[in-house]
Amino acid sequence: MEYSEEEFLSIAGLQHFAFCRRQWALAYLEMQWNENLRTAEGHILHENAHDSFSAEKRGDRIISRGMAVFSRRLGVNGVCDIVEFHASPHGVPIFGREGKWLPVPVEYKRGAPKENDADRLQLCCQAMCLEEMLLCGEIPKAYLYYGETARRTAVPLDEALRGKVAAMLSEMHELSRRKYTPRVKPAKSCNACSLKGLCLPKLCRGGSAADYLKKRLEEFS
Amino acid sequence: MKILGNTLYVTSQDAYLALDGENVVIQREESETRRIPLHNLDGIVTFGYTGASPALMGACAERGVVLTFLTMHGRFLARVSGTEQGNVLLRKTQYRFSDDEAQSAGIARGFITGKLFNSRWIVERAARDYPLRLDKEKLSGVSASLADAIRSLPCAETLEDIRGIEGKAATQYFSVLDDMILQQKNDFFFRSRNRRPPMDNVNAMIFFVYTLLAHDTASALETVGLDPYVGFLHRDRPGRLSLALDLMEEFRSVLADRFVLTLINTKQVNGGGFIQKENGAVLMDDDTRKTILTAWQKKKQEQITHPMLGEKMEWGLVPYSQALLLARYLRGDMDVYPPFLWK
Repeated sequence: MEYSEEEFLSIAGLQHFAFCRRQWALAYLEMQWNENLRTAEGHILHENAHDSFSAEKRGDRIISRGMAVFSRRLGVNGVCDIVEFHASPHGVPIFGREGKWLPVPVEYKRGAPKENDADRLQLCCQAMCLEEMLLCGEIPKAYLYYGETARRTAVPLDEALRGKVAAMLSEMHELSRRKYTPRVKPAKSCNACSLKGLCLPKLCRGGSAADYLKKRLEEFS
Repeated sequence: MKILGNTLYVTSQDAYLALDGENVVIQREESETRRIPLHNLDGIVTFGYTGASPALMGACAERGVVLTFLTMHGRFLARVSGTEQGNVLLRKTQYRFSDDEAQSAGIARGFITGKLFNSRWIVERAARDYPLRLDKEKLSGVSASLADAIRSLPCAETLEDIRGIEGKAATQYFSVLDDMILQQKNDFFFRSRNRRPPMDNVNAMIFFVYTLLAHDTASALETVGLDPYVGFLHRDRPGRLSLALDLMEEFRSVLADRFVLTLINTKQVNGGGFIQKENGAVLMDDDTRKTILTAWQKKKQEQITHPMLGEKMEWGLVPYSQALLLARYLRGDMDVYPPFLWK
């Protein structure tokens, strides 16, 4: 099955969805987005990585910044911070360049590596887009660069990770079709969420507004 | 919760507001008098015909800083708003609810429940705090009839019924407003509501503070993605911030009236700060207006615990939190809209 461009979801949304389905829905379905320090820092970091008009060549690598990618099969689009093209016999020909090249996405993240899969999922999704757009076969690995460690980590793009990306995206498409913001069990991680003030996690705990009213108005009944 | 930013009030009529990088620059007679980073602001309110550059207007719209122009006396002139926040689906839901009498009445009942509950609290509170100075019987009478009105609200099925209950209750409530003025009785008295123009000092202050509150409420609604012009209790009228007026009902007594009473009772304002025109219309002088604005900013910083959310927040964020709850109700996250019931 193929999605139309109308239905495309943002690749960046994957990391939010992996963190909390409600956070993703608030940001991408309801368009509620609180600019805060962290997101602002993220913008600055990304501004350096994104300069779509540059294409550097360093030895046997071409470095392309701010590349827009999409996948009709997954129904997503987004922008890769950096895609490196490594000269490789397993690669594909690139228009205007000699030889064969294997695309390797590199995603920049502020802060330290996370415990959860969020960043790996996003990266893997970018790679899946590149595979579809370049017909280059499976990209075996990609890289995450973390601001705090100033180091890149290789991420193997295995079947498990790819399967998770596909499953998550199909759930996101389902919620998006219904324009539905799911309720989610409040957790410790809510305290780290930049949308906490908009989400009102308390309302997800099933506390009824009618009960609150009843209690407050007791003396009048 | 959202972080409570500051509101910049510009009261000099010869000021010009410009943008320089990420700052608002206030210019007077071609020279810069102040400079404030935009990210510290939630809103800018100007009094008088203060000019502003299109670049500043654009920057405000982009960053969600609400820029409002009022006349010198606080009457609303214009507001700068950019592309809408939030999403069109929420607004469409709001419009559908607004077109539906039963749905509208349900929400309106919430607003008025809040209004009556909070008005009664003011009266009760005054009776408790000043038992020796006040006519307790008169106050308990009003409190009892407000309680009756609250009791009758659940049976009010139409907007007309709700307005009827609200009207009678308001008359009751305003009948003791003058009693709650305990100082400077010669200069500050309240006979009846009037605002076009205000004919006494108290009405002049109340009118002014309601305008400030309406500004804050309208921008709170816009922040959560609701259309402040489409209301449930107040019906659509071009240029009227109907939903802001709806939501404001909950805060009028507890935030605005009580604030005005405090200013008078603690002698932060005095009779000398008001000018009476030949026809009886009352104007405030610049110093009084500044005193009120400074006190209003301070009031908004005071901490309270939100009765429904149980969260600590500033008074200034109460309109925002109620706007958020209203949006969440419209989206179907809650069984009823929970008004702000202060205690």
